[in-house]
Amino acid sequence: MTTVVSPGGVPSARKGLIPDRYKGFLQQAMVLVTLVVLVVFFSAMKPAFISWSNISSLLLASVVTAIQAIGLTFVIATGGIDLTPGLGMAATAVVAALLMTGAGLPVAVGVLGGVAAGALLGLVNGTLIARVKMQPMIATLAMMMVCWGTALVLSGGRNLSLRGVAGYDKIAVGELIPGLYNGVLILVVLAIIAGVVMNKTVVGRYALAIGSNKEATRISGINVVRWEILAYVICGIFTGVSGVIMSSRLFAAVPTTGQGYEMYAIAAAVIGGTSLRGGRASVFGAVIGAVTIQTIFNGLTVMGVQDQWQKVVLGAVVLGAVFIDIMRRGGKEE
Amino acid sequence: MTFGADTSAGPACPLLEARGITKTFPGVTALADVSLAIRGGEVHAVVGENGAGKSTLMKIFAGLYQPDAGELRLRGQPVTLPTPLAARERGISVIHQEFFLMNHLSVAQNIFIGREPKLAGGIVNDDRTLNRAAGELLERLGVAIDPQIQVGRLTIAAQQMVEIAKALSYDSSVLIMDEPTAALTESEVATLFRIIRGFVTPTTAVVYISHRMEEIKAIASRITVLRDGRFVDCRPAADLAVAEVIQLMVGRQIATGLRPAPRTPTDTVLAVRGLTSAVVHDVSFELQRGEILGFAGLMGAGRTETARALVGADPKTAGTVTVGGVPARIVRPADAVRLGIGYLSEDRKRYGLLLRQSVAANIGLPSLREFLRFGLIGDRRMRATAETYRESLAIKTPSVAQQLRNLSGGNQKKVVLAKWLERDCNILIFDEPTRGIDVGAKQEIYDLLRRLAGQGKSIIMISSELEEVLRMADRIVVMCAGRVTGVLDNAAATQESIMKLATQFARPAGPGKERQ
Repeated sequence: MTTVVSPGGVPSARKGLIPDRYKGFLQQAMVLVTLVVLVVFFSAMKPAFISWSNISSLLLASVVTAIQAIGLTFVIATGGIDLTPGLGMAATAVVAALLMTGAGLPVAVGVLGGVAAGALLGLVNGTLIARVKMQPMIATLAMMMVCWGTALVLSGGRNLSLRGVAGYDKIAVGELIPGLYNGVLILVVLAIIAGVVMNKTVVGRYALAIGSNKEATRISGINVVRWEILAYVICGIFTGVSGVIMSSRLFAAVPTTGQGYEMYAIAAAVIGGTSLRGGRASVFGAVIGAVTIQTIFNGLTVMGVQDQWQKVVLGAVVLGAVFIDIMRRGGKEE
Repeated sequence: MTFGADTSAGPACPLLEARGITKTFPGVTALADVSLAIRGGEVHAVVGENGAGKSTLMKIFAGLYQPDAGELRLRGQPVTLPTPLAARERGISVIHQEFFLMNHLSVAQNIFIGREPKLAGGIVNDDRTLNRAAGELLERLGVAIDPQIQVGRLTIAAQQMVEIAKALSYDSSVLIMDEPTAALTESEVATLFRIIRGFVTPTTAVVYISHRMEEIKAIASRITVLRDGRFVDCRPAADLAVAEVIQLMVGRQIATGLRPAPRTPTDTVLAVRGLTSAVVHDVSFELQRGEILGFAGLMGAGRTETARALVGADPKTAGTVTVGGVPARIVRPADAVRLGIGYLSEDRKRYGLLLRQSVAANIGLPSLREFLRFGLIGDRRMRATAETYRESLAIKTPSVAQQLRNLSGGNQKKVVLAKWLERDCNILIFDEPTRGIDVGAKQEIYDLLRRLAGQGKSIIMISSELEEVLRMADRIVVMCAGRVTGVLDNAAATQESIMKLATQFARPAGPGKERQ
């Protein structure tokens, strides 16, 4: 372990042992350790848990939440929040389905259409928040209703079956690599791209700067409105992708799915070490957070714990994660 | 020590008296052994530079601060004022510069907040009695304000009247007013003075804090001057000329050797013409290459606002800016940064820095694009760059990966400077560059400014310390109430001449929206 030398009364990194620079890695490691402990615990309780078929379906079930959480990470980095991923997923799935079944267009057009619908949703969210200066919570709550209504209106309130669309189901449940669902593969690829964008490009850096201190970022000569909108657009794109994956998994666009998914996505991001106060975000953590949530659900199910109790456990886990965030921040802003 | 309190033993016992008050804050002595006696029947002006201790003294009278030493006496009896409520109950009311009014409540509700007359055994508010009582108070003041109107809909002058009415409702015998005319038009000032004169009886008094010499001469019977937290003099207003008051206020000498030598003019890098925003009016000045241009003035003179409007942080309503001879369109800070103008805010925590990010990330923020390779940020290169600034500016931190909140104030200022230097800014605006940092670090900042100017950077230095301005600035722009009142060459400037310009208030003769 490196120790910090502090020359001439210069304050060293707080509480000594671990320099600030490595605290991020430590946080990530903690999330991973928590997940491993959970996996070991459930395996010990019920050996069936650790079977590849169970793990494989657990991972597939995490994909939608993980993808939404990745997108949300960009918004939360700016200090904002987005409640539209859940019902936005329903709306974008319906748009994709209508393009393929209604208009009879190819799968690629349907997929791109769904993702584009998500991007448009993000653009509206971002414009309302960054340019019109609405509060993120209120603006996206309203947009969540709009998504819900849109999904119901466009679909006529019915499930739009996609069984007739050849190859669409392969997007999520096909196996390009034998034994690994394509949905999981897509998640891994998107997570790597998003991780690079967050950590190594101006997009992520400006989002984090805005979340740290918006006014200082503006005075530094950065067009904060534009970059804040972009964060919401990215979030919307990931919502669109989640809509495609979800409808592919279900062989249908179901306008009534998605309620509450935004909460899982937010929880995943927070468990992964992203701070709701902005300025601090982890794509990797968001993915691990989503898998952790699914592990809790899956493990408790295998153990025979009732669905209602699973939600209570998840709530407790989120509270714990937020509490850790507060402890890490040392309580108040300076 | 002789001071205005020497009548305390006589028959005319002072109404309110401070004896040997000392108040220290960490690192500063705000008041040192200050004595002051307010007599019944007088309007007592208290004057002094920024930081002279006026506000601290008033806060002690108001029960907001407790003195470390010394005592307060009310009508000859020692008193302690542990809370603002205790002060008000003893008849001492303060009208602060910023009003403590609730904009959404009515005038009457504001006046009697917390003391609403009740009906039905103390459950229901008795609005009729409330409005009548408020109406009577306002009538006593001779102002026509509807007690039922929302305070937020009143003019500043009318809101001030509501504050005064509130003070009257407590049967105040001492009314302390802090810069009461700052936001008033000429006719509103006349109304205020009429009310002040009406308020003062042989058993009541007004303490009037102001920078406006003409008004002080017009309303005050005696003037007390404070400087650097010490009592300087107290004399009848009639015996003091304005020039004398200013001399008493500044009264310090600076060794001439410390002042900059006259410099030969160079080409103009920045010209501002008629800059106007919500706060500043028609500000014009020029900045030359390698020059340090000081901006002097009292608090609220509009210097920070000039800088903010200039760099596009606040909207401008009029004015042109020319950078290097080319007309510049600056509507947002990004435009100013592109033109090489960097603003180092006084409030670096709010406007300057990302406290929870590293030194390197802060220095690299405005020039992030310079560090890109194939669209990816070269963090190693950025840290190396930050490292060079750590050495050249002597930023004290164990590492450039350190979070900024762990650095001292002076070092944080250097980080803000580093980020503008890395962005190749040739025009640097320092807003109060030495505020809140210790003496040793101050000297370091002064040396740094000189060095930068020597390298051909052009510097605007906003400072409230006359000494600092005279030591550092080649030329001095003096502002008062949002306007430029003069530009002085250092050789021609004295503390007196700056202070005179800094208190040259020109009132808008415009329509005084008086509700009479």
